[in-house]
Amino acid sequence: MWNHLRTSMILLGVMTLLTGVAYPLVVTLLAQTLLPGPANGSVVARNGQPVGSDLIGQPFSKPEYFWGRLSATGPVPYNAAASSGSNFGPRHPDLAKNARERIDALRKYDPTVGAVPVDLITASGSGLDPHISPAAAEVQVRRVATARNMSEQALRALVQAHTESRQFGLLGEARVNVLSLNLALDAMIP
Amino acid sequence: MTANGVFQLALALGMLLACVRPLGWSMARVYSRPAMQGERRLFRLLGIDSTAEMTWQRYAGAVLAFGFVSVLAVYAIQRLQAVLPLNPEAQPAVSPDSSFNTAVSFATNTNWQGYGGESTMSYLTQMTALTVQNFLSAAAGMAVLVALIRGFARRNVDTIGNFWVDLVRGTVYVLVPLSLVFALALVWQGVPQTVSAYHDVALVEPTADGDGKPVTTQRIAVGPVASQVAIKQLGTNGGGFFNTNSAHPLENPTPLSNLLQLAAILLIPAALCWTFGEMVGDRRQGWAILAAMFVIFLPLLGLTVWAEHQPNPALTALGVNQTAGNMEGKETRFGVPNSALWAVATTAASNGSVNSMHDSYTPLGGLAPLWLMQLGEVVFGGVGSGLYGMLVFAIVAVFLAGLMVGRTPEYLGKKIGAFEIKMASLVVLLPCAMVLIGTALGVSAEDGKKGVLNAGPHGFSEVLYAYSSAANNNGSAFAGLSANTPFYNGTLGLAMLVGRFGVMIPVLAIAGSLARKKHTPPGPGTLPTHTPLFVFLLVSVVVVVGALSFLPTLALGPVAEHLMTGSN
Repeated sequence: MWNHLRTSMILLGVMTLLTGVAYPLVVTLLAQTLLPGPANGSVVARNGQPVGSDLIGQPFSKPEYFWGRLSATGPVPYNAAASSGSNFGPRHPDLAKNARERIDALRKYDPTVGAVPVDLITASGSGLDPHISPAAAEVQVRRVATARNMSEQALRALVQAHTESRQFGLLGEARVNVLSLNLALDAMIP
Repeated sequence: MTANGVFQLALALGMLLACVRPLGWSMARVYSRPAMQGERRLFRLLGIDSTAEMTWQRYAGAVLAFGFVSVLAVYAIQRLQAVLPLNPEAQPAVSPDSSFNTAVSFATNTNWQGYGGESTMSYLTQMTALTVQNFLSAAAGMAVLVALIRGFARRNVDTIGNFWVDLVRGTVYVLVPLSLVFALALVWQGVPQTVSAYHDVALVEPTADGDGKPVTTQRIAVGPVASQVAIKQLGTNGGGFFNTNSAHPLENPTPLSNLLQLAAILLIPAALCWTFGEMVGDRRQGWAILAAMFVIFLPLLGLTVWAEHQPNPALTALGVNQTAGNMEGKETRFGVPNSALWAVATTAASNGSVNSMHDSYTPLGGLAPLWLMQLGEVVFGGVGSGLYGMLVFAIVAVFLAGLMVGRTPEYLGKKIGAFEIKMASLVVLLPCAMVLIGTALGVSAEDGKKGVLNAGPHGFSEVLYAYSSAANNNGSAFAGLSANTPFYNGTLGLAMLVGRFGVMIPVLAIAGSLARKKHTPPGPGTLPTHTPLFVFLLVSVVVVVGALSFLPTLALGPVAEHLMTGSN
């Protein structure tokens, strides 16, 4: 047994050097050389200042911005240093409560809002989902257009421009990146 | 369920099947070819005689010794991470009970995570403790499988291979090359790979925390993510870099990264079926096993996909448009079909990574993943461990068939005797016992009940899911359960140890006993084991054992919850 333990320690040491040091460092080196943007978190800048990541959502609650998914991270929503889902089961009382609050907020600014798409009233798995469905953007167009004093038609065109279709036309779901849409809005009508 | 949804599911499974043959063939070569001179010399430098064959007892001793040293190493690195380098976020030492749980979890290929990665672990811990075990625990599972296959293939010998050689070969020739390529593909899709500190960015719209204090920045966790995610999927480990695993947009940024990761989950377990057929000299045997896995997998996939498309009555009452399905805990870019497929795949394989929160699934949508784990992780299962579990079920199946017609059972030319059946029973019963005893403890003890988030039968399901996951070395969770407590860290850690080594040792014992036997050529009374009839028999055994052991608990959890849905 002592022999086995000694061999285990030696082998674990060597394998740690290979798979725990050499392998991640080689990947890091290659990634940083070939793909520096994504390798560092796909950070986006405005006027030279980093204002977020293309892949990470941010909290929005003002009427002039599009709102994203609900976020269950703490202590603030969209805490990108501590991702978390709500883990509410379908019968958890807070699931319906949070949904109702979101619907009320939507209708406060735009009483014509009818049925709300489900992704806009539920929390994402990560709490950091950067996307909403095109339907969830459409439901907010009237509110944002009113708050920004612009035509719904022009706003719809902007939403359209920020809508990603299914990858290669096949994979995943169509979606709108909320942060990049809002940044484009700010650039257009500050 | 749209046509596109069906197409996406078919594409993922088609990609997988296309890889089975080439990868399965290469792995058979890796494990059967004699050592090259250079390889032998390198082993000698480490003090290992790579030509020395081991009996099953020696092989099992090596497996246990390596597991023990691995647990100690992962424990020590977590406890010391505060004073070790590569810790830009100044993460403090991990608590003793959490360190124990995580060390056991990664060394047993379970990768249950009681901690949140980005708020707990230093880069050094992620790389040199967790990533290393992702490779080695996977390679150890493959080694034990190969030893069992040798038991079938060899005749009249005492030995079943050399654990050190099998461990190193699986790591160096299979896992590392695949991971390198895969990691770079993930970076291309947006998964970070850096050793720099987290980013601070200015929020576009400042917000306030719970106490009303203004918050103007967002801190974005990054790190050496891609290198770990690649092997976490290929090695059916499942331990995420971030707390929310592959639901996190930086761990799984696009539908393409999702498809690749999903295929990677099932890749090696499926390909090993071919390796098995190749090494026992009859490829039809491998196809039969793979077919049995698909026969169980597909209906359960259908159940979850269907269930997750059902509207939640609690939201219908509010006037919500639920055509997209149950989106709580799911990501927009994946939608229901890709989330449901992942949930079923990750629990069929003992992977346990998630791209959506299983705790928020509909009752029947969550039942399929739960039951797939309880079947003993043999439908694909862990790399190596899934197939050796399934082969044990095949031994039970030929035994039952033998009882029916009154003949000595045989499998692949080896007569199955009392010893093999005793060991097979241990393999089947030990994880079942750990699940049921653990759940009973969890829902009785005060410390266990405190951790539950959702009330009623769903809370029971949270505890049942935790022990099903741990005892079968899966690692996924109904994550509402607050499991980072001494009670859960301890009991789940124990369940993981029994579920891993309590299964490996009897499997190796079977391997040793089979290797000693002579080969019996098939006679007119031999049950052929490559036919649809045998596939049906094997599926029946797996399903009946799983159903008999767990129907009462499933009735108390997901089934009761389903019947309550829509009522108050």
